[in-house]
Amino acid sequence: MEKQTPSTMDIVNRGLARRYRKEKRFKLFGLSAIVVSMLFLVFLFGSITANGWTAFRQAAIYLDITFDEQMLDVENMRNANYAKLIKTSMAELFPDVNGRSKTRQLNKLVSSGAAFELQDMVLKNPTLIGTTKRARLPADDEVDMLLKGHISRDVPESERRISDDQIGWVDQLVESGRLELKFNTTFFTAGDSREPELSGIKGAIMGSMFTLLITLALSFPIGVSAAVYLEEFAPSNRWTDLIEVNINNLAAVPSIVFGLLGLAVFLNFFGLPRSAPLVGGLVLTLMTLPTIIIASRASLKSVPPSIREAALGVGASKMQAITHHVLPLAMPGMMTGTIIGMAQALGETAPLLMIGMVAFIVDVPGSMTDPATVLPVQIYLWADSPERAFVERTSAAIMVLLTFLIFMNGAAVFLRKKFERRW
Amino acid sequence: MSPNLFVVFTLTLSSLAYVMGKKKAFAFASKDKSVRPHSRPGYYGLLTALWCGIPALLIFAVWQSLSDTVLTNMVLGAIVGHGDHVDTAQLNLLVNDLRNLVAGNFFSGEVDPQLQVAASRYIAMERIGNLALAVVMFTCAMVGGAFIYSRIKPTMRARNHVEGVVKVFLIFCSAIAILTTVGIVLSVIFESYRFFQQVSVFDFLFGIKWSPQMAIRADQAGSSGSFGAIPVLAGTFMISGIAMAVAVPIGLMAAVYLSEYAGKRFRAIVKPLLEILAGVPTVVYGFFAALVVAPLIRNAGVTFGLSVSSESALAAGLVMGVMIIPFVSSLSDDVINAVPQSLRDGSYGLGATKSETITHVILPAALPGIVGSILLAASRAIGETMIVVMAAGLSANLTANPLQAVTTVTVQIVTLLVGDQEFDSPKTLAAFALGLLLFVITLILNVIALYVVRKYREEYE
Repeated sequence: MEKQTPSTMDIVNRGLARRYRKEKRFKLFGLSAIVVSMLFLVFLFGSITANGWTAFRQAAIYLDITFDEQMLDVENMRNANYAKLIKTSMAELFPDVNGRSKTRQLNKLVSSGAAFELQDMVLKNPTLIGTTKRARLPADDEVDMLLKGHISRDVPESERRISDDQIGWVDQLVESGRLELKFNTTFFTAGDSREPELSGIKGAIMGSMFTLLITLALSFPIGVSAAVYLEEFAPSNRWTDLIEVNINNLAAVPSIVFGLLGLAVFLNFFGLPRSAPLVGGLVLTLMTLPTIIIASRASLKSVPPSIREAALGVGASKMQAITHHVLPLAMPGMMTGTIIGMAQALGETAPLLMIGMVAFIVDVPGSMTDPATVLPVQIYLWADSPERAFVERTSAAIMVLLTFLIFMNGAAVFLRKKFERRW
Repeated sequence: MSPNLFVVFTLTLSSLAYVMGKKKAFAFASKDKSVRPHSRPGYYGLLTALWCGIPALLIFAVWQSLSDTVLTNMVLGAIVGHGDHVDTAQLNLLVNDLRNLVAGNFFSGEVDPQLQVAASRYIAMERIGNLALAVVMFTCAMVGGAFIYSRIKPTMRARNHVEGVVKVFLIFCSAIAILTTVGIVLSVIFESYRFFQQVSVFDFLFGIKWSPQMAIRADQAGSSGSFGAIPVLAGTFMISGIAMAVAVPIGLMAAVYLSEYAGKRFRAIVKPLLEILAGVPTVVYGFFAALVVAPLIRNAGVTFGLSVSSESALAAGLVMGVMIIPFVSSLSDDVINAVPQSLRDGSYGLGATKSETITHVILPAALPGIVGSILLAASRAIGETMIVVMAAGLSANLTANPLQAVTTVTVQIVTLLVGDQEFDSPKTLAAFALGLLLFVITLILNVIALYVVRKYREEYE
């Protein structure tokens, strides 16, 4: 036989190497897509942690404060000049600092909030008056940044916010053990502040808690009820079709539109208070409802019909069959959906900006109608602040937020794993 | 006496009614064994409690939502007099002062004695109103409870009644979804209508200049305010486009790899990790984009001799793209898994390699579903707010250069509505017009996407 036309096998074999190469390349593309996203995830978490972990420690100055009787009038302890006590103490430490501007620079090393801490100390314990006591006071944020190495000593003096003299004093204080980095309790016990060293996330966390409480109290019962009706009772007609399409659509409506709704309806129409966790909770309820309804319906659907039929067979009414048998079996799935919805609500920022939860609020909110911010909004506010010290605080607040979210999602996964049932 | 106490009181009364109703039902059931009550005793108790509690609480809710407006109008009516006209701004000021006085807040300036009288009248009337409310609620609760209690007998169909009430509640809950949509549409349309009375629809949709600053005084120079949405829309689409250019290839390839190549263990680990990307709050992405990615791009631009704005569209778009990857990948993953195995087997049988099967058979078969998932992701990108608020610019440039700063619809809504709002100036109302635009665009995308996905599912089920 003459070999004039190549056989099919030959054609196939000739192309085989090329096709296998292509196959390998394709697989590599797929893998690299995953690797790229994972790398980004690592990069994101890495850079946040690298920026934020230093915020959990803060510079504190130990000063020997003489609570002078002459300056602290027992009658009027609230209005005494506490800043003067600090200035005197600093002057004793650095006796050779003279001149107005030098003294002012020296006193700037201590935070402006230190005087209030002294005031609190004296008000709590008036016996301090007349004694000398070593007090731990917050240092200024620039000192804090210098100790943490965020301010470089190599740049010329005019380009940093801390002068050569100040750096010298800071070094002296560190050497004498009067200035060191301590665990930053202020960060967890204070509200917002314009001074980075005095600001904390407690106000935001309380605001988030109140908001989430309202969201949970409303969205869980309403979501479960709606799911029960749609899944178990609703006749399949146009009306229920409409509701179904509606819910799917609402789940994909941009969150900021819910903020517009809250502004127009809750604030302008019903006249509810601005910046209040109450309104925030209402808006977030409407936003998370679709998530909860969809998850709850899926959970109800997974309960086998035999359960319902058995209950009906022994004489239960439909409502009894559902409340006594179907709902308990579907509950873990519903809770999982609710927790995921709550996690979404906890991380949500945009709609809350619309209803005024973005105000600068120093006090820690004590009720549902007090003005408040929430954790993500606090992050947004701090991210806008120009001070270097706020960058690390923003990252630290993000770390706290992410910790909460990881716990919530972990709980959801745990619930699903523990109660998951294959029928 | 706080009105909230009334609620507690009513609830206590209602639980009392439950106990009594249940007791009565038990009594007739145990007295005569031949009598078989229609329902279990608890249902008689529940029915009594419902009749006792619900009307009273409804009255409470209505009064709470109306009392303030009614009382303010009554009191102000006395001050202003019915004949003369007062313009709304002045009236609002009066109402504000009145509220402050009533709440006990002092305000600077002298207190108008007339207003002082009005405030004390308000307080007095509020007290009377609360007292009346208490009486009405109590009567209602007692009458309702007693009415049902007196009618409890074995033949009464208590369970059916209770279940009927519960069912009405369930229907109401599922209608909230509809009410939300209606609320969104109405609130956005109502404010937009007021906006379009001052700015024509044509100027808004086709104008190419966006600068919403209004002159505060009539004699002020410049800033007359122009509301052309084109540059804002262009910026939105540019950033979303960059995001999609990142998310679609990566997300799709990740989905293909996970569903076709990856082993079970690999899939079980990587899929949740990918979902984390969707769970990270957007404000975190925004901070990351502004703090890390934007300077990175800027520095890279400088080394290549390009001038890059520090709020470039590229930075916001890239980060947003990463956020959207899981939306594309998990939906596409579902869709690819739904393609029947027979199609794959047929292709392998003909000698195709795995990649050939994927590109020539599976992806075309899954195309409608993939398109749906991409549309959903696009709607997510267009509506995304925090990343662009923190990383994109404020000034509306009409440009095609991704290295320059552009602004988006959501950024403009936020900047217009955060801070002072005047609901009679087009500056504030423009936010609602943009909101309407955003809602309509995303709604269209969602409806198409959901329809396509649904249609596709039916095809293979």
